Amino acid sequence: MKLKYFSAPYLAWMIVFILVPLLMIAYFAFTSDNGEFTMKYISDVGQYANIFVRSIWLSLIATAICLVIAYPIAFILSRMDKHKQGTMLMIVMLPMWMNFLLRTYAWMTLLGNNGIINHILGMVGLGPVKLINTSGAVVLGMVYNYLPFMILPLYSVMEKIDKSLFEAASDLGCSSVSTLFRVVIPLSMPGITSGITMVFVPAISTFIISRMLGGGSNLLIGDLIEMQFLGNAYNPHLGAAISLVLMVIILVIMTVMNQFDPDEQVLM
Amino acid sequence: MKNKIIPLIMASFTAISLLTSCSSSTKENTDEDDEISVQTLTVSDPEYYTRFKDKGISINVYNWGEYISTGADEGTLDVNSEFEKLTGIKVNYTNYATNEELYAKLKGGGAAYDVIIPSDYMISKMINEKLVQPLDMDNIPNFKYIMDNFRNQAYDPSNEYSVPYTWGTVGIIYDETMIDIPEEDIDWDLLWNEDYADQILMFDNPRDAFAIAELMQGYSLNTENPDELEDAARKLRQQKKIVQGYVMDEIFDKMGAGDALIAPYYAGDALTILDENEDLNFVVPKSGTNLFIDAMCIPSSARQKEAAEMYINFMCEPDIAFANIDYICYSTPHQAAFDMLDEDVRESHVSYPDSQFIADKTTVFVNLSDEANLQMQNLWTEMKSAEDETTNKWLVPIFLMFCILLMILVLIRRHIKAKKDIF
Repeated sequence: MKLKYFSAPYLAWMIVFILVPLLMIAYFAFTSDNGEFTMKYISDVGQYANIFVRSIWLSLIATAICLVIAYPIAFILSRMDKHKQGTMLMIVMLPMWMNFLLRTYAWMTLLGNNGIINHILGMVGLGPVKLINTSGAVVLGMVYNYLPFMILPLYSVMEKIDKSLFEAASDLGCSSVSTLFRVVIPLSMPGITSGITMVFVPAISTFIISRMLGGGSNLLIGDLIEMQFLGNAYNPHLGAAISLVLMVIILVIMTVMNQFDPDEQVLM
Repeated sequence: MKNKIIPLIMASFTAISLLTSCSSSTKENTDEDDEISVQTLTVSDPEYYTRFKDKGISINVYNWGEYISTGADEGTLDVNSEFEKLTGIKVNYTNYATNEELYAKLKGGGAAYDVIIPSDYMISKMINEKLVQPLDMDNIPNFKYIMDNFRNQAYDPSNEYSVPYTWGTVGIIYDETMIDIPEEDIDWDLLWNEDYADQILMFDNPRDAFAIAELMQGYSLNTENPDELEDAARKLRQQKKIVQGYVMDEIFDKMGAGDALIAPYYAGDALTILDENEDLNFVVPKSGTNLFIDAMCIPSSARQKEAAEMYINFMCEPDIAFANIDYICYSTPHQAAFDMLDEDVRESHVSYPDSQFIADKTTVFVNLSDEANLQMQNLWTEMKSAEDETTNKWLVPIFLMFCILLMILVLIRRHIKAKKDIF
């Protein structure tokens, strides 16, 4: 019973800063300026379908790249000496100590037409390549910024996999490839799902990365929402409707992801 | 002016280069002398400022970033602390980055500001929506310094609500060494010149971008005619394939580093960029341009109206107005401050185009109707999100229904599975 009182502040926090704003978004999405119920804004979201498709597509690519890069890193990390692990983890986290905007801004100057990368390419004789203001640059920005969010959950799961399991697998005649697919991946499934969620969700709703690296012509959902609130036409209703649709999309994708949790994996 | 997030970050990078003040960009030799001269403050009516002394009053001032003299350079005035010293009123000074951010804050309620400095079209919008209140000009005697041609502008026809603070024009900043078009032939069509494809930057802000297209097509900058807006959008779509990027503050960095050759920008900020990169030049196109005015207003929700008026009056003291304009490099509507400027600044065509040009060729934005704003916003989003397929308006509701169904199916599946597992 006592525990209940301890949780009261958190409960109050959640109600005031999570539940109430969510309800307000829903309220704004379904009402017009004079407070009447309307489906207008929800159906208006339809005209931005191509922006939704682009956002989902780019953040899926970014998530996939993150997974491919982070998986081996996390595995190698988890198999290192304990004291080395600490140092390496520090290196993974180090960029996160710097401001997110500043890091993205640095990429802007690196990728620029007269930036360092093009400068080096120019010296090798590979002429200037258009790097910035492309959707590739947006994906790069997402991968760079969210990679630690993929590595950390993977690492924390893999660290707990006992070394003797690998020995047992090879004792029973498993090649290293099938050890990977039949032991490591199934056991690290919770890490994979939470890593994907932690990368995909911020990636799909980002707006500053696409603005800085996408040159303003690779609009994402985040930009669209921002434009409704801080743009020329102040339209919080449409902004709320877009946010609501975005939330539903994320919820659906997460539900699908949760189908791959380890309990079910074993059953299959 | 419109967006100040990134200059703040940049300021830390380029603090050293910014030390050279814009007013001295042309004459390197004389600027040593300028910088040593110490700004001093004498106010016209010291009596007036002591009314609220020792009453523990504070006012909330909400201004653009980097838009007031802070005393950072040696010998310049720190305006806010001078005000506090003189009047005993504490100033809580905060910044915003866009007019729209300011609007959203005021509209949302919950924030009480006493002095704000929005731009022209936003002032007319706020007047229409009663978000700002009329000023008591008896409390602002220094209004007399405001030049006649900046009074009674279209956004505030009888000048009841606002006191002009700065103004400026929009022009083109370009790389002289790479573009072999003589300066007098530079006009807005440079932004559509296919010879410089992928070297052109454009405003990432519908109102400013449409203004340029409207100037090209000879429409009014305040047009609400749907066909004209449509036509301007067509012009912008046509430009899109040669535009390198749609940016605001990034213009500072990209033009400074030579990543792009041509960009439209606000005169005051453009001068700062010219200091960084000698190859650049800035031209106010002869065919006409947008004149913007930022003016001080008092929101209807202000708690300390009289103290706020005192602050506005203080900002119009000749010494203070001069210190501010010297720091922010925009143009001043304040006669006495203008007279204190160096001669080469006063004669500059960039900062102070001749009054005939201003009268004939420049237009100040006023607020557009909601319909026109909405149309502009939609055309803009459409233009920016490359492929515009016509989509079914039932697409999203159907999609949402599908999602909900899918979730229910998943839940049912889990439920069945859980039952099976028991046995």
